[in-house]
Amino acid sequence: MKNSITVKRATAPRTTALSALAPPAAILTALVITWQVAVTAGGVQPAILPSPQRILQQGWEARTTIWDNTLPTLQETFLGFAVSLTVAWTLAILIDFSPWLRRALVPLLVASQAIPIIAIAPLMIIWFGFGMLPKVIVIALVTFFPVTVGLIDGFNRTDRDAINLLRSMGANRWKQFVYVRLPSALPSFFTALRIGIAYAVTGAIFAEYVGAERGLGIYMAVMKNSFRTDLVLAAVAVTAFVSVCLFLLTYVAERAIIPWHSKERRSWHG
Amino acid sequence: MAEATPPKIELRGIGKSFPLGHGQVRPVLDDIAFSARPGEFVAVIGPSGCGKSTMFNIMAGLETASSGEVLVDGDVVTGQHEHFAYMPQKDLLFPWRSILENTSLGLEVAGETKKTARARAASLFAAFGLSGFEDAHPFELSGGMRQRAALLRTVVQGRDVLLLDEPFGALDSLTRTDMQSWLQGVWSQNAWTAVLITHDIREAIYLADRVVVLSARPASVRLNLTIDLPRPRELSMTTSAEFAGYERTLLATLHEETLSPRGP
Repeated sequence: MKNSITVKRATAPRTTALSALAPPAAILTALVITWQVAVTAGGVQPAILPSPQRILQQGWEARTTIWDNTLPTLQETFLGFAVSLTVAWTLAILIDFSPWLRRALVPLLVASQAIPIIAIAPLMIIWFGFGMLPKVIVIALVTFFPVTVGLIDGFNRTDRDAINLLRSMGANRWKQFVYVRLPSALPSFFTALRIGIAYAVTGAIFAEYVGAERGLGIYMAVMKNSFRTDLVLAAVAVTAFVSVCLFLLTYVAERAIIPWHSKERRSWHG
Repeated sequence: MAEATPPKIELRGIGKSFPLGHGQVRPVLDDIAFSARPGEFVAVIGPSGCGKSTMFNIMAGLETASSGEVLVDGDVVTGQHEHFAYMPQKDLLFPWRSILENTSLGLEVAGETKKTARARAASLFAAFGLSGFEDAHPFELSGGMRQRAALLRTVVQGRDVLLLDEPFGALDSLTRTDMQSWLQGVWSQNAWTAVLITHDIREAIYLADRVVVLSARPASVRLNLTIDLPRPRELSMTTSAEFAGYERTLLATLHEETLSPRGP
């Protein structure tokens, strides 16, 4: 009996990177071709709507400038998101341990999302100047909420029976947290992380747009004022590319930190 | 006090009621009393929703009793968890831990070093038919193996009394029969004292030395039936006349208690 047991690994079909990328790439290519044909055939002014080919060409020529403006945006995004994650984890853990703090903080967290960032961002320039700080604050403000809520929700979604099992083993609140609540929350954390990171780059662009020394946001604002629509759109393309890269990075982190999650999910579908 | 060894575990007049508001209460348990000798296997059956799990939670120290006390070796231990190892209905093996890490969890929580905890759990893997699965993850195991791992996690804690809450309830009937006969086997080789909650009358008779039948809510003990079948028990015994006699007695008692005449 013992010898007949063999480990049967889950062998559900795995989606390769290629098969996942091909459909969106095909649609994107079709859209770009339609755009190119429409602009060329219709004789549209480049200042109104440049063709994809022109955007690519002019963007490539301006690559050093665009790169010099991309770096600070990236820096702000990482720094702002790091602040956001620190705040989110601290708040979520405090709230998980203290029912009083939960009652006190959750309504305030929700209210914080009613702040119109579009009105606050210019004030940030007045308060904190043109440097890094106001950008970091704006990014943290727009991204900490989904991450905090995702974490609070994840901690709460821990199986009650699992908590009872840990209590029967003699685990105090802290051990219950470390052994069960924290690992149970990690899958929802990564979902929340993806929502947060999607807002982070646009948050950075927006913060720069209202005033900065360098960065993709201020670059777009300046190019728009010089009627360089092609370079604005080139910067937009770079922004989208950066966002997608960061988004994919969360999957890499997820696989590295909670490898059991995707394996378990695959075995259910398989 | 000194004339006889006290039972390993004893429940005295355990009662529990939940407040409904407006000064009203809903009684769930009413004067539950039974005991188990060292090494005795007691099965508890009763109509659905009669409060069996509440009784277990009180024994495991997870819920407080409204009245009565729990004794282990003659000492009152009501509300203490240290004497009981609890196996819930779901296997609750955590996907982020390997099978070895899952089974040693209780020892780790109790403050053993990871190394000692894992070594002690590992020494039981062969007896539980889990050899070679130390580093596997729960999703790689069949339902029966998961349940054996959950039981290993329970017994390795070395507590006085095992509380098994419908451990085979979620298994298909073939696997369940296998598990019952396997459990009966490991039972004969160990001196575990256990209380098993089950809906399955045949499982209760096959595994237990004594079957306690609870009444409908509020639950009290309706029958305390000694199962006098020799051990080790063979599956063939389940078709014997004695076995059928116990089954009839238990069914009759349960039918009186269940509103639905079809029984559990």
